[in-house]
Amino acid sequence: MARNVSNTRKALVTAVAWTIGILIFFPILWTILTSFKTEAEAIASPPSFLFFDWTVENYVEVNSRSNYPLHFMNSVIISIGSTLLGLLIAIPAAWSMAFVPAKRTKDILMWMLSTKMLPPVGVLIPIYLLFRDFGLLDTRIGLVVVLTLINLPIIVWMLYTYFKEIPGEILEAARMDGAGLWDEVVHVLTPMAIPGIASTLLLNVILSWNEAFWTLNLTAAKAAPLTAFIASYSSPEGLFYAKLSAASTLAIAPILILGWFSQKQLVRGLTFGAVK
Amino acid sequence: MGNIVLKQITKSFGDVQVIPPLDLEINEGEFVVFVGPSGCGKSTLLRLIAGLEDVTSGEISIDGTNATEVPPAKRGLAMVFQSYALYPHMSVKKNITFPLKMAKMDPAEQERRVAAAAKVLNLTDYLHRRPGQLSGGQRQRVAIGRAIVREPAAFLFDEPLSNLDAALRVNMRLEISELHQTLKTTMIYVTHDQVEAMTMADKIVVLQAGFIEQVGSPLELYHNPRNKFVAGFIGSPKMNFIEGADAQKFDAHTIGIRPEHLTLSTTEGMWKGVVTVAEHLGSDTFLYVNVEGFDAMTVRVNGEFSVKHGDTVYLSPDPEKLHRFDQQGLRIA
Repeated sequence: MARNVSNTRKALVTAVAWTIGILIFFPILWTILTSFKTEAEAIASPPSFLFFDWTVENYVEVNSRSNYPLHFMNSVIISIGSTLLGLLIAIPAAWSMAFVPAKRTKDILMWMLSTKMLPPVGVLIPIYLLFRDFGLLDTRIGLVVVLTLINLPIIVWMLYTYFKEIPGEILEAARMDGAGLWDEVVHVLTPMAIPGIASTLLLNVILSWNEAFWTLNLTAAKAAPLTAFIASYSSPEGLFYAKLSAASTLAIAPILILGWFSQKQLVRGLTFGAVK
Repeated sequence: MGNIVLKQITKSFGDVQVIPPLDLEINEGEFVVFVGPSGCGKSTLLRLIAGLEDVTSGEISIDGTNATEVPPAKRGLAMVFQSYALYPHMSVKKNITFPLKMAKMDPAEQERRVAAAAKVLNLTDYLHRRPGQLSGGQRQRVAIGRAIVREPAAFLFDEPLSNLDAALRVNMRLEISELHQTLKTTMIYVTHDQVEAMTMADKIVVLQAGFIEQVGSPLELYHNPRNKFVAGFIGSPKMNFIEGADAQKFDAHTIGIRPEHLTLSTTEGMWKGVVTVAEHLGSDTFLYVNVEGFDAMTVRVNGEFSVKHGDTVYLSPDPEKLHRFDQQGLRIA
C-alpha cells in the first residue's frame, strides 16, 4: 500500500517536473521550430506548431547575408579567452584567500561581489572612452579583457569556495612530505580541486558566450560575436522572425550542446557552496 | 640523527602569546610526549618544530644545524596528523610513495621501501585501495607508513589516536611503541591523554598555558611531581587534594594523596566518610567517598572490596607516599 502511494507521488512529481521543464524549454523549442518556417508562417495567427512547410531557406539566407563562421570564432575566442585569463588571475587569488587569509579577506570578497551589483550601463561611457583611447573598440582583446573583469568576482568566489573545502591539513601533510609550493599545487591541490575548476570554467564560458551588453556596445563588425550576429537580424525595417530564429538557433546551438554534455559539472557549479 | 633543541622560542598569534619563552632539548632516539589540557600549546609547539608555524622569536636546531627558517619540506621530519591527512585522490601505494617521489628517490628503491613498510604495517593487501575505502585504523597505518618510508630524523605525532575507538587505540598505542623500539628514531608525540603519555613516553613534557610545568620520565612525574598541576594531571584516577587544618597537620598548605595510596577500612582510620559510588572492576575497586569537610575523595583498592552506596568507611593515607605543597602549589621536598 505504502509502495503504491509513493509510486503515485513519484508519477505526480515526475509529471510536474516535466511540465516545468517543457515550459522552460518551450521558447527555445519555438525558436528552433520558427527557424524552419517561412516568414509568412512565422507570423501566422493562429500559429502552426508542427504542420507547416519545413524549409531551410532561412539558414541559407542567414549564411549568405552574414559571416557566421567569423562570429562563431569570435564568440569562441572571447569566451574561452576571458575564462582562461580569469582562471589565471583567480586561482592564485582564491588560493591565498582560502589558505592564507588576512584580516580583511572576507571584506575584499564581499567588495568584489558587490561590483556585480552595479548596473553595467553605469560604467559604459568611461569604459567606452577608455576603449576608444586605447584603440580597443571592436577588438577581441578588448572584449576578452572586459569580460574577464566582469566575471572575475564570480570565478574567484567559486574557486574560493572549492578551495575552502580542501582540508588544510592535507596541504600541510604534503609540505611535511617534502613537497615545495609547486609540487603541492600540482600533485595535491589541483587534482583535488579539478571538479571545482572544471565547473568554474564551464559556467564562465557559458556566461561569456551569452554576455550581450558589452559585446554589443563595444563591437561593430570585426570582433562581433554571435550576440551581435543575432541582433543584426532585428532590423529597423521590420522584424524577420524566421531569419532571426535561424540566427538565434545557430548562436545558441554550440553552447546548448556544451551544456548538455557537461550537465553534472554545471549543476555542481551553479549550486556552489549550497551543498557540500 | 634526531636531536632537536629549542632555545628561547616564543609564539604569538597577534597580541596573544601562546608560547612564552621556552627551552627544551630532545635527545636522539627519545620518545617524547607533550601532554597537557586542551589549549595548553602542545600542538602549537609541535607545529613550530615541524615548521608549519613560524616562531615569533628564538631558535630551533635539528641535529646541530639552525632550522628556524628552514621550510617544513626541508627539515627532514615526518608528521602523522590527527585527521590522517591522506591524499584522497591517490591509492594507498601512491600515498606512501609520495614523500619518496618528492625526494626523487630511485624508483627501485621506492618500490622496495613501500613494500617493506606495507609489510610491517599489514597494508600489503590494501595497496591499491583509496583512503576512502579503508577503516580508521587502516588509514592511520597508511599515515604512519607515509611517515616511516622516508626514514626521517624524527617523527611528529599530533594526537594520532584520538579519532579511533578505545580498543583500536590500545592496539595502535602498542604498535607505535613497538615501532619506536624497532626504528629507534626520535618521536615526538602530542596527546591530551595522560594514559598514552605514561605508557609510551621515555620523557614527558607537561605543558600548561604554553609553559613547561615539568619534564621527566613517567615515573619521575608520578613520584615527584614538581607542583600541584603536574600532580593532578599525571596519574589516573586523579590525585586527591586536601587543604586546611588536615593539611597543616602535615606542615603543608595542601596535601595530595593518590587514590592508590589510601588505606581503606570499615572500622578505623584517619578520615571517616560515606561511599557515594563504588565501581567494581574485578581487578580494582574504585570508591568515591564523601569525607566530612573535604570534597569527594577517590580511593583505589586492589582486587575486590565489598562496600556499596551509603556505607561508612575510614581512610588513612600512606605517610610515605603523601605529597606536600606550599601556598603557590609548589612541592615541599
